[in-house]
Amino acid sequence: MIALPTRKQEAWRYSDLAAVARHWPVAVEPIVVPAGNSHADIIITDAASPAIRHLAISVGAGSTCRYTIIDGGRDYGRIALDVTLHDGADFQLGCVLIGSAAQTIELVTTVRHVGPGATSRQIVRAVAGGSATTSYLGQVAVAREGQKTDASQSFKAILLNRGATANAKPELEIFADDVKCAHGAAIGELDRNALFYLTSRGIAPAQARALLTRAFLSDALDGLDEATTEALDAAISARLEAAA
Amino acid sequence: MLIIENLCAEVDGKPILKGLSLTVNAGEVHAIMGPNGAGKSTLSYVLAGRAGYEVTGGSVRFRGEDLLDKAPHERAAAGLFLGLQYPVEIPGVSNLLFLRTALNAQRTARGEAELSGSEFMKIAKAAAERLGLPYDMMKRAVNQGFSGGEKKRNEMVQMHVLQPWLAVLDETDSGLDIDALRVVSDGINAMRSPDHATLLITHYQRLLDYVVPDHIHVLMDGRIVHSGGADLAHRLEAEGYAALAA
Repeated sequence: MIALPTRKQEAWRYSDLAAVARHWPVAVEPIVVPAGNSHADIIITDAASPAIRHLAISVGAGSTCRYTIIDGGRDYGRIALDVTLHDGADFQLGCVLIGSAAQTIELVTTVRHVGPGATSRQIVRAVAGGSATTSYLGQVAVAREGQKTDASQSFKAILLNRGATANAKPELEIFADDVKCAHGAAIGELDRNALFYLTSRGIAPAQARALLTRAFLSDALDGLDEATTEALDAAISARLEAAA
Repeated sequence: MLIIENLCAEVDGKPILKGLSLTVNAGEVHAIMGPNGAGKSTLSYVLAGRAGYEVTGGSVRFRGEDLLDKAPHERAAAGLFLGLQYPVEIPGVSNLLFLRTALNAQRTARGEAELSGSEFMKIAKAAAERLGLPYDMMKRAVNQGFSGGEKKRNEMVQMHVLQPWLAVLDETDSGLDIDALRVVSDGINAMRSPDHATLLITHYQRLLDYVVPDHIHVLMDGRIVHSGGADLAHRLEAEGYAALAA
């Protein structure tokens, strides 16, 4: 059995270790996308979801894989994605993390480009209210064989409350010399000018904040069809209401 | 409509408005002119209720009610509109969603029924057409990627959709070329009626050639130092503010 993680381990430094102990050990869920296939999945969590999930995803040559994650509504939540991309494979991740009260919500990704010409794009948006902690630890590892890799990760977080926390830990490990790897992280608050603008037009402050917060998250849902976006909207709204 | 009495306000502890009095009646268009730093924008923000603009004295009554008692969104629902000098960009929120949310929030606050999607669309389309804003821009994120002129037109579209009793327009003419100025002026003139009023805040007499005000006031150092008719604009243009203050 794998030993219980400790704070000294990089990938667990922002965790709620007491909660982790209650849910340990965690079985790794293998997901294989065979060469030339496409796979898409949506994960929406709530209080009844398993606290910790660890997916090991292998995306075969020329395949595409897309994950959309709405993580919130639970005291402790951690989703770890270990993604291995073979020749010309494509991985897309759109993730929304919503923390309220004293919740800890974490996303930990490792994307390995082991073959040439693979692409990966991760867009993670986090909202933390109360004294919640939202964390994104994202590693992109490009092997020597991973020439022409095109990888990007973008993390932005908004803190709705002074007591809330967001952690960002982008990490690149590159052994090939002809690659494009972009990463960006930003943590801030709702734009005061925009809030004033909305209220000056008659929108009550709570509704204005909700509108701006929802808009902030929209990058993570880019490219989904309208019906899917609408369905996700309901889940997002409910979780945002708790965080507001 | 609007009665401002001896209004004092400060920003970051610094007094900006120092006993400003002004009365605007229904059906009237007033213009406030004045040099940089006189307190013109502060006045507009104080009226709209922006945080950080602290009223330290005086009173403002709007349609018989204490305006300063109300939160910004309540002032809007009561029929006050502020046209911003620098309209804000809001990524991820479309113009139509923004405006529909605002209009229905105001209607709900006034105890009126919300408009349906199609009812709203009709109003928004008509307003955009009138102000020469391509309807496609109504579907885009609020002011994002808009030119200076387009942002100001968008303010006017909002004003036409929201139909406020009093529009306070802060330097709505700045950054406009002649054609845009004409369109925006037509938009302001179209709001003129015995029931509505407009308070124009401007640097230049140019706008006042198109929107001829009933009264012009000169604001200097936080007070109205001079009031007159429409002809005052040309005198100011020729002689400057300093001559008037002397």
